[in-house]
Amino acid sequence: MERLPRWADLVLVPLISLLLAGIISALVILSIGQSPSEALKIMVDGAVGSAYGWGYTLYYATSFMFTGLAVTVAFHASLFNIGGEGQAQIGGLGVALVCLALPWPHWTLALPAAMIGGALLGAAWAAIPAYLQAKRGSHIVITTIMFNYIASALIIYMLVSVLKPVGQMDPATANFPPGTALPTLNEIPGLNLIFTKGVPANISLFVALIACFLVWVLLWRTRLGYEIRAFGRSEPAAKYAGISPVRVTMIAMLISGALAGLMSINNVMGEAGRLLQNSAEGAGFIGIAVALMGRNHPFGVFLAALLFGFLYQGGAELGLWTSIPIELRTVVQGLVILFTGALDQMVRMILGLFFRPRPLKVA
Amino acid sequence: MDYATLLQILDSTLRLATPLLLACLAGLYSERSGVFDIGLEGKMLMAAMCTGAVAYMTGSVWIGALAGIAGSLVFAAVHGLASITFRGNQLISGVALNFVASGITVLVAQSMFQQGGRTPPLEGAARFNPITLPFAESLSAIPVIGPFYAEVLSGHTALVYVALLMVPLTWWALYRTRFGLRLRAVGENPASVDTAGVSVVRLRYAALAITGILCGLAGAYMAAGLQAGFGKEMTAGRGYIALAALIFAKWRPWYALMATLLFGFFQALALRPDVIQSTLNFAIPVPALDALPYILTVVVLAGFVGRAIPPRAGGEPYVKER
Repeated sequence: MERLPRWADLVLVPLISLLLAGIISALVILSIGQSPSEALKIMVDGAVGSAYGWGYTLYYATSFMFTGLAVTVAFHASLFNIGGEGQAQIGGLGVALVCLALPWPHWTLALPAAMIGGALLGAAWAAIPAYLQAKRGSHIVITTIMFNYIASALIIYMLVSVLKPVGQMDPATANFPPGTALPTLNEIPGLNLIFTKGVPANISLFVALIACFLVWVLLWRTRLGYEIRAFGRSEPAAKYAGISPVRVTMIAMLISGALAGLMSINNVMGEAGRLLQNSAEGAGFIGIAVALMGRNHPFGVFLAALLFGFLYQGGAELGLWTSIPIELRTVVQGLVILFTGALDQMVRMILGLFFRPRPLKVA
Repeated sequence: MDYATLLQILDSTLRLATPLLLACLAGLYSERSGVFDIGLEGKMLMAAMCTGAVAYMTGSVWIGALAGIAGSLVFAAVHGLASITFRGNQLISGVALNFVASGITVLVAQSMFQQGGRTPPLEGAARFNPITLPFAESLSAIPVIGPFYAEVLSGHTALVYVALLMVPLTWWALYRTRFGLRLRAVGENPASVDTAGVSVVRLRYAALAITGILCGLAGAYMAAGLQAGFGKEMTAGRGYIALAALIFAKWRPWYALMATLLFGFFQALALRPDVIQSTLNFAIPVPALDALPYILTVVVLAGFVGRAIPPRAGGEPYVKER
């Protein structure tokens, strides 16, 4: 099969995949008797038509950046981490434990501590599957799926039996002390001129952006990143070059879990102000779509996270204003994963029709 | 715990193990052919929705079950297209199809019935009704065995017995037929099957079709046997428990029966925390019971209790020209 030009592979493949997913979603909307163009208009208006809408879109995008980066780092070591959901939930537990441990005086002190808590527990939750993959050869995909379920059972147990304050009915922790409240975009001087109404997007957005940059530095500017990528391309070659598979597997998964766990500063600390059941709300899974769509590059992840933030907020608006159920966004998410991750050969084949076959250079 | 309570729990064990068993055997066919299928969950969900909707509209559970199988087969076909024809990533394809199923079932059910993404409750001939096995009444007088026969084995719906029959049938198909030999071979070493002049692609599609049918039955049982109608996310991770059971069973049919009965037993126990409390004199938290199948699977995967070795060619697309 002829190879596509590099730019086409990087830009056109995700776009065509998105287009295909969009077409199928439009057909689904048509088949349930609604208008796709009307739906798109509501999504655009609701998600990016106002500063208020952007406040929600960016809030979702923040979470998706963290989980997308988590999947990306693991992907580069050719490890498919489906466990972002569980790692994010356990990371949420870490954030909650830190926030409840002390009467924090100010968020500037609470945030770094909570970040450490979330990242540590997220990484710890990824450590066991990583160890089993590296040492015992258990398939990481299966173990991380199992750990998602174990995480959700553990969280339910912790919330119902351990962390729930006496006298409270719903399974959740106590509210975090006021000193842990992160400033939302409408509370930050300068940005409050744009965001006049209260929005959930908060200071974690900037942490996520920094994380995108740091992951880029890690993967393409450090020795460790080189080892991760070399290992991901070819395990025998990496071994031959003296790279330890156990070490790379462990480190890549620990970073991945830590990034997923970090997500919880956005939703648990920034938005909910307490730990709830199912706090990650599927963001860990969306990370898979974000990483695939973003071609496993931090900048791509940033763009894809914005796209999925739009999709999420737009989907919620659809649920509010039309009779199209909110689950439409799950369908689009699944289709994007399908086309970018599994049917990518088909997409390339379609694209190949438009490019003249170029002779493969013999390396 | 007295004998009557034990019988009750065993009875619900069998009921709860049935969808797991069907899905587990479904996964067995596809994984033995060298195609990983994480999408069992999605196929079951799709089948449950189709069954719920069609059984309600036609009033016949069997037409509903056929619709469920059809819905599941569509997803199996897409999975085949992605993982066999286009040699894509089988794991990603399965994950993607689970999401599509999770969303589209609610979308369709909502637009058809406007009941918050459920299908209307089924009753009468639109559900699988219990079958009393012969002599259940007369034999129940025999101590110990009689009540076991009457309470636990008898009085289930048709698909429970179908699922149990599928175990020896799968064993026979896998180890005593030409198809089974080829199926096992294609999962271990597709090139050898190809050399023998048998189409790898066709065999794998056939395996996925069987997977689709069995997942269809599992979903139909969920919607019209275990419960009366489809509800959002009603499979609740059973596809993944079945996947866990498949590993626990080391990809073998009789072990699959035992693994799913064990996991079904955990689910039945989780419904009766009072029984555990009175038997063991301390309470095991229900979440711990819920997590037990997954923890056990991780332990097995880790190779501490026997070694679970998957089919060697699993997950790898077959490229003829290599």
